[in-house]
Amino acid sequence: MTLVQQLPVLVAVVPLAAAPVALLLRNRHLAFLVVLAASGFAFGASVLLWQQVAGSGPVSYAIGSWPPPWGIEYRVDRLASFFLVLVSGMAALVLSWGRASLEAEIPAGQHYLFYTLFALCLTGLLGIAVSGDAFNIFVFLEISSLSTYVLIAMGRDRRALAASYNYLIMGTIGATFIVIGIGLLYLMTGTLNLADIAARMPAVEGSRPVLAALAFLTVGLSLKMALFPLHQWLPNAYTHAPSVVSSFLAATATKVSVYVLLRFYFEVFGESQVFDRLPLEQVMLCLALAGMFAASAVAIFQTDLKRLFAYSSVGQMGYIILGLSFDSVTGLTATIVHVFNHAITKGAIFMLLGGVALSMGGVTLPRVQGLARVMPLTAFGLVVCGLSLIGVPGTAGFVSKWYLVKAALEGGQWWLVFLVVGSSLLAVIYVWRVVEAAYFHAPRADLVAAVEAPLSMLVPAGLLVAGTVYFGLETTFTVGSAAEAASVLLGVPR
Amino acid sequence: MKDDLVLRVVGKLLIPFILLFGLYVLFHGDYGPGGGFQAGVILAAGIIFYALIYSVEEARRVVPEPLVEAMMAVGVLLYVTVGVAGQVLGGNFLDYFVLAADPVAGQLRGILLVECGVAVAVTGVMLKVFYMFAGRGNLDQ
Repeated sequence: MTLVQQLPVLVAVVPLAAAPVALLLRNRHLAFLVVLAASGFAFGASVLLWQQVAGSGPVSYAIGSWPPPWGIEYRVDRLASFFLVLVSGMAALVLSWGRASLEAEIPAGQHYLFYTLFALCLTGLLGIAVSGDAFNIFVFLEISSLSTYVLIAMGRDRRALAASYNYLIMGTIGATFIVIGIGLLYLMTGTLNLADIAARMPAVEGSRPVLAALAFLTVGLSLKMALFPLHQWLPNAYTHAPSVVSSFLAATATKVSVYVLLRFYFEVFGESQVFDRLPLEQVMLCLALAGMFAASAVAIFQTDLKRLFAYSSVGQMGYIILGLSFDSVTGLTATIVHVFNHAITKGAIFMLLGGVALSMGGVTLPRVQGLARVMPLTAFGLVVCGLSLIGVPGTAGFVSKWYLVKAALEGGQWWLVFLVVGSSLLAVIYVWRVVEAAYFHAPRADLVAAVEAPLSMLVPAGLLVAGTVYFGLETTFTVGSAAEAASVLLGVPR
Repeated sequence: MKDDLVLRVVGKLLIPFILLFGLYVLFHGDYGPGGGFQAGVILAAGIIFYALIYSVEEARRVVPEPLVEAMMAVGVLLYVTVGVAGQVLGGNFLDYFVLAADPVAGQLRGILLVECGVAVAVTGVMLKVFYMFAGRGNLDQ
């Protein structure tokens, strides 16, 4: 067995091994190096896997040499490898960015614990992407969620505890729903391997337990991905978590739930069941639209920037689900592309805000007045990312909205085009509030002396900001991978 | 509760057997009910019993907190090591078939080592949780 053949499992095992090593070292510098190395390895392995899958098709790996469907199968296909690259890349970037921010926000004695939990969270998120086993996916989902609760609770004031507890309750309800759904599927098909469930699905299609499983999984995963109106945990969690955690979660956690939803909808249940037997097409469409408008409207009235962009995340999740509800290759392409584009945009925004929090002591609108004068680079980065959130041509956000509009037109739902544009106008308003505070006000007297964030933070954040522009112009990687993954999911030959 | 003579005597008498029973549950897990998780809980329960009778400080002296944290990590590491050993010996992750010349013996060896890892990690986590709750005070008053 060569190393390359072991990559599907190593991508999750190496971060898993890094967690206890970081705990044993009890030294924040060494723990940082270990976890950073593990994230870097995971990113390298993900890129290799992506190339391998693009070249020679899906990779299957039998844990413990028990052949599927009896053993646990790890399966990397176009969709999985795309998410692997996204999650591991963001992890490596956020880690390398976050040291200065961490020093300021978390007591030094807890740093090695932070790195341990970060490695565990990464293990969970990557494991979800590689696993082809329903229960294994649930276990990884819990690994990532449980470590996330603790990471959020590490926030600097006591409100972080309340936010974390809130997320704990909501997340546990979601996990319960997911495991009930998986249990019902196991009841009806007698197997946990996703491909095997799919193969046995025709025999039980449309039966009540299977439809119940579909409903349970939909609600559980919607909770985890903060789909409106199940998003209540998200704004507080993002606002009060340490900056590093906000950046990482905003870029990965909810996105991975979308991945699981795609897997279950299009590979396990199949479109005919999801969209014909249950009216999920209409349900998802309504929730997506409600999220796009309600959450964006709420975002306009926030004064804390982290909270503002957290609500914006809920709104953006609406676009992601809107693409899914079209049930077409173009729609799914839009969903997958927007997962990526929104991840890098929001990741960049929260990283920049982390820099602001470090230099100016907070990210409320009155405090960041005159940001452009004291931190010109950060302010410029925020503007670029804001344009991407709105969907201005030349930024990543435009690409996803372009495909959304295209999918709406293909489906003959031209009125949706107006709604997409309309909700983008709401984004213009909340982004403008940030721009106005940053560029058209003088800095507060006590903050005139604030300086630009340190270079160690500016460079990774700047890379991501550049990424939002790059992926707005050059779409071979994003749209190419997404379109292929979408056509595989829908079973349409290209 | 350290003033209660009956408890002290019974505790001193029972705790070694509780710990021994934990090990029995661990090593007998292949043949009967039991396994790493149950063994870990029993081992931790023995220590917690000790802490309840002789005070938490006393228990912290016997099983110090750094040791507990190390156990959590070592347990997971043992599991990962067994998994990776399967890869190094030419199989897949968690491949027990290659751990011994005979595949069945390999399976027995692999699962026992993994269960040992589970037992160590579970004992560590249980004690850590107990110490954290007990550390909030008024248990000893």
